[in-house]
Amino acid sequence: MTTADTDPTAVPGVVEPEMGEELLSVTNLTKHFPIRRGLLQRQVGAVQAVDGLDFTVKKGETFSLVGESGCGKTTTGRLLTRLLEPTDGKIIFEGRDISHLGDGKMRPLRRDVQMIFQDPYGSLNPRHTVGKIVGAPFRLQNVKTEGGTKKAVQELLELVGLSPEHYNRYPHEFSGGQRQRIGIARTLALRPKLIVADEPVSALDVSIQAQVVNLLEDLQDEFDLTYVMIAHDLSVVRHVSDRVAVMYLGKIVEIADRVGLYETPMHPYTLALLSAVPIPDTKRRGKQERIRLQGDVPSPIDPPPACRFHTRCWKAQDICKTVEPPLLQLAPGHQAACHFPENQPGGEAPKKATAS
Amino acid sequence: MTEPNSFLEVRDLRTHFPTDDGLVKSVDGLSFSLDRGKTLGIVGESGSGKSVTSLSIMGLHKGGSARISGEVLLDGQDLVSSSAEEVRLLRGKRMAMIFQDPLSAMHPYYTVGHQIIEAYRVHNKVTKAVAKKHAIEMLDRVGIPQPDKRVDAYPHQFSGGMRQRAMIAMALSCDPDLLIADEPTTALDVTVQAQILDLIRDLQREFNSAVIIITHDLGVVAELADDIQVMYAGRAIEYGTAEDIFDRPQHPYTWGLLGSMPRIDRERTERLIPIKGTPPSLINVPSGCAFNPRCNYASLNEGASETERPELLDIGAGHKVACHLSPGQRQKIWETDIKPKL
Repeated sequence: MTTADTDPTAVPGVVEPEMGEELLSVTNLTKHFPIRRGLLQRQVGAVQAVDGLDFTVKKGETFSLVGESGCGKTTTGRLLTRLLEPTDGKIIFEGRDISHLGDGKMRPLRRDVQMIFQDPYGSLNPRHTVGKIVGAPFRLQNVKTEGGTKKAVQELLELVGLSPEHYNRYPHEFSGGQRQRIGIARTLALRPKLIVADEPVSALDVSIQAQVVNLLEDLQDEFDLTYVMIAHDLSVVRHVSDRVAVMYLGKIVEIADRVGLYETPMHPYTLALLSAVPIPDTKRRGKQERIRLQGDVPSPIDPPPACRFHTRCWKAQDICKTVEPPLLQLAPGHQAACHFPENQPGGEAPKKATAS
Repeated sequence: MTEPNSFLEVRDLRTHFPTDDGLVKSVDGLSFSLDRGKTLGIVGESGSGKSVTSLSIMGLHKGGSARISGEVLLDGQDLVSSSAEEVRLLRGKRMAMIFQDPLSAMHPYYTVGHQIIEAYRVHNKVTKAVAKKHAIEMLDRVGIPQPDKRVDAYPHQFSGGMRQRAMIAMALSCDPDLLIADEPTTALDVTVQAQILDLIRDLQREFNSAVIIITHDLGVVAELADDIQVMYAGRAIEYGTAEDIFDRPQHPYTWGLLGSMPRIDRERTERLIPIKGTPPSLINVPSGCAFNPRCNYASLNEGASETERPELLDIGAGHKVACHLSPGQRQKIWETDIKPKL
């Protein structure tokens, strides 16, 4: 990515951010889903899906959210695109607070913020032709294009590696990889600035996955797109991301650039996650030092107090059960929320979980 | 029929499904063998026939519309020509299966314990109390905490990883000689996946069973498998030891799979090298080598790839490959074109 061309006079929101400047910033983002019971539907608890996230996304970068199921990464994506309304906290997009905009006020913004979904089967209407699906954004936003919608759609199809003749076909005539391309074409229709991609390749076969990953990278270069990528495959995340945030039970436990996160992970959970990735190399069989986490992720209805990872952490001490560790910058561009982080600068030799 | 020398011998297995659109050749001439205590990994993309292979071995396609031919010899007994009832008696006792999605593979209406007890009592004449004690032991063996309490829980009360453990407990309750695991960790998170792979490995050592692990994840086979079979469009295109497949792969499709995968253990490459095109329909498999429309090297052998189907041939020490390229060509492409980019 291009380095930040920092202009101290630039006021975010008034002018469009330059490459490398802040496009999106999130403070204390929280989403609790109420649990209601009984005749009066009284609230008896809440699923604390996302609980106080702080991060920023720079224009032109790929920022990834990783974590295991139930960590809140998908909820975060839906909050950023405002498919959900946050319980608390702020989402600032291009200097404008969009946290509680109503549907009507959100609509013009949907041109700028788009989403790619995981399931290429569930996210395309089976009764609409490809032309209608990919042309829908133009219709909904009343955008007139030169040469008409059909021409615009056919250009989009070519852009994502499909043929313009596919215009009149239906989704069931396509394979999973091609469907994902249709979804991407629809996402790109209005030239968005930010694309939230929720597991865009995890439903695809390996060989097709590589095609779609390459396509997403090419489109990013061509249109200066900013991606928020939500994924669980740590190898894919390393390949596509500039910066990565690791989530555990609704909280961010670590944010770093790609090299920092994969070479010198600081949070014990990140270390465990990286060490668990099976490596396709027979020479490492049995030699790979694996950190075994015991048990399962606790329930987000009643998460452990203080550090939420302490119930499974091998380094946990009494302080972890009583004081919540703040997300602190421990190295340049590298934040972690842990009382006893690994790989601190100036510490002992770096512990690597993965790199050879 | 020659005498079987391995515990499991599959010879020229074909599973075809007649449909309105044509004959779907899901598995089309597959042969391999497996000994006790060994693990075979079957790798391939969706539609390559890897799951149909396992269901055919287990006899779970019997009585349906499938046309199955060939031989599946389990300890000398041919399962293809056996009746559904005969195979049913073997299933659970001598061979068992772990499925990808434990939530749909377990009955939601019965407790986990009930389901393990039922399977155990089909094959062993014991009282319910003895069977329950055994079920608790098995749940304990696969690492479920408080097994004496959890035995009475329902599948939905278990997490994904626990459910998969419970299914492994059920599969192993009768100490089967052959265990087939079909994508056993695909639905699981990576930390849980590591736990389950460890568990399968430990249990195999303990029970000395033959294991077939079916997956699309090359990392998972590299962890577990002794031998690996790579499948494409219903046929094996490469077979060898794990070292053969990862250190000196010979088939362009295997190269493609390795190049498509981002590697967490290597320097990050700028671009992935995908395989062009999409997997073929099993109704209209391309003539000749099924991989030829997607192969970068199909033009090197004067059209043989388009007309003639390559046989799976031994190229030394049990490493087999089905490709028209000459050994010299393959060696050169691997050394100059593929290996440096992986």
